[in-house]
Amino acid sequence: MTAPKTLYDKIWDAHVAHEADDGTCLLYIDRHLVHEVTSPQAFEGLRMAGRSVHAPDKTIAVPDHNVPTTLDRAKGIENPESRIQVEALDKNAKDFGIHYYPVSDVRQGIVHIVGPEQGWTLPGMTVVCGDSHTATHGAFGALAHGIGTSEVEHVLATQTLIQQKSKNMKVEITGKLKPGVTAKDITMAVIGETGTAGGTGYVIEYCGEAIRDLSMEGRMTVCNMAIEGGARAGLIAPDDTTYEYVKGRPHAPKGDQWDTALAWWKTLFTDEGAHFDKVITLKGEDIQPVVTWGTSPEDVLPITATVPSPDDFEGGKVEAVKRAIDYMGLTPGQKLTDIEIDTVFIGSCTNGRIEDLRAAAEILKGKKIKDGMRAMIVPGSGLVRAQAEEEGLAEIFKDAGFEWRLAGCSMCLAMNPDQLSEGERCASTSNRNFEGRQGYKGRTHLVSPAMAAAAALTGHLTDVRDLM
Amino acid sequence: MDKFEKLQGVAAPMPLVNIDTDMIIPKVFLKTIKRSGLGVNLFDEMRYDRQGNEIPDFVLNKPQYRGAQILVAGDNFGCGSSREHAPWAIADFGIKCVISTSFADIFFNNCFKNGILPIVLPQEQVDILMADAEKGENARITVDLEAQEITTSDGETIAFDVDAFKKHCLLNGLDDIGLTLEKAASIETFETKMSADRPWV
Repeated sequence: MTAPKTLYDKIWDAHVAHEADDGTCLLYIDRHLVHEVTSPQAFEGLRMAGRSVHAPDKTIAVPDHNVPTTLDRAKGIENPESRIQVEALDKNAKDFGIHYYPVSDVRQGIVHIVGPEQGWTLPGMTVVCGDSHTATHGAFGALAHGIGTSEVEHVLATQTLIQQKSKNMKVEITGKLKPGVTAKDITMAVIGETGTAGGTGYVIEYCGEAIRDLSMEGRMTVCNMAIEGGARAGLIAPDDTTYEYVKGRPHAPKGDQWDTALAWWKTLFTDEGAHFDKVITLKGEDIQPVVTWGTSPEDVLPITATVPSPDDFEGGKVEAVKRAIDYMGLTPGQKLTDIEIDTVFIGSCTNGRIEDLRAAAEILKGKKIKDGMRAMIVPGSGLVRAQAEEEGLAEIFKDAGFEWRLAGCSMCLAMNPDQLSEGERCASTSNRNFEGRQGYKGRTHLVSPAMAAAAALTGHLTDVRDLM
Repeated sequence: MDKFEKLQGVAAPMPLVNIDTDMIIPKVFLKTIKRSGLGVNLFDEMRYDRQGNEIPDFVLNKPQYRGAQILVAGDNFGCGSSREHAPWAIADFGIKCVISTSFADIFFNNCFKNGILPIVLPQEQVDILMADAEKGENARITVDLEAQEITTSDGETIAFDVDAFKKHCLLNGLDDIGLTLEKAASIETFETKMSADRPWV
């Protein structure tokens, strides 16, 4: 009898193409996603060495980080460097014969939203991209993680990665979530518990009733931020919810192949008695709507709490908290709900899917945002945008006073013109609240889409449960 | 890739924890399509004011640390974005070794691809090296990769671990892709088997 395996063990074992005596493996890569920021140097490296792309059919590219999200973007990108980067991807995709969704394509969007939407991401696959939020695809029970540009070049040339296996960590969320609590609150609450280095060296498997109850959109939100907890990847075992989402997508298997695939996918779960090196358990009913107050994703508190004091911390974190409170312009003891904001951003690979927009619309329906508030909704893909228009969500947003944008990464990392100015304070559905992340000296509070919508209405961080 | 064998140099102290790759190289510098020239913008928002003037208090602007080749940093160094621009900027500045209690996974891997040695040590030993680095330019630290040993300016030695394969590549300045292509037959065998077992992939 073979030893019981975790889901991660099974996917890993199914992809080892070569193992050296010291345990260093060549892991075969099923899907390689590519965007314009971390790939130009990799394609250049291939050209200089006279190499081709090993498996162009498994390589999918889409520009997302630099693209403007304003309605007039067909006129081109103003910033010359951004333009050159997108043009380089246009050229590289064509020269090397890989799948491509250019800016003009309605299917264009954030790479981690386009992959699942088009059925490129499937259970049991290995998926990599030169982007840390590749963890998103783990929601399908795919082993998915970010890589650097040298590794992008390595995957392009060989369709493999040199890897050492990570350890197994289980994060179980038991029971049911309370009203007003979402997938975003789960994933942020977990980081609050483990810290941003708590997952270093691990692949996390999220499980438990509260995870099972999530839609695919919610599961993608949870796995997306596994990287903020330091984990190499986050995984959720596939089930009927997964299969229903995948079935019929353009690149999902069809006919007999669907049946063969489904039979294999159904073996992708952690065996009874499999070993986890670390286990974290949270009760679903204990999780509250949360918000970040500082400049690290681990600086998480329930919205009902107050700004902490550096004295509440130990070791190197004391100085980091002093710096964060100063950067964020806060006072220890201040109620989080008293923090006034001037900008709201709803979008990103964390929260730019249709369910996120529905959650925001639910709060915004028939209401107006606070006077002077700058609020924008940036759908994760052209298809999410089209669906939101069809469902009447776009009208709700526009009536409320939100800008209704085209798809891209936008203010999540502010490489395009969507940025915070010095001192501006944003309730954001993105994934990082680092110093300068959304613009030089800009201040970010990470929240769920419903909480962001609530803040847009009141002008301060708000407990969404008060508006429900 | 440049070989890394033995390094003797000034170490700069950066005790702040959770230094993320947005701090190491802000996004405005990610728009390049080259790998070179990022050193001048390393830690840009901590190092310069909005007018581009140096902020004198920042460690790498202090005269004794301007030529630092080693960085002793707080916990979880390199967290956040996967941008390899971070190690490119560090290497371009002239830093060849970073020492901390822990590194984010992707950053850690990226270092080895660029001739940078990241070393993980327990807190007490990082504290010793941090104190040594605080002494400034007269305190030169030696990092010997072959022997896996750091020597402080006082002559104290600290042993460190490093993955055998990564050590071999750094010592010899080897290109990963070339090494992997030597195993092309294994990849091909795997692909043949996979297209039978999982044809939908």
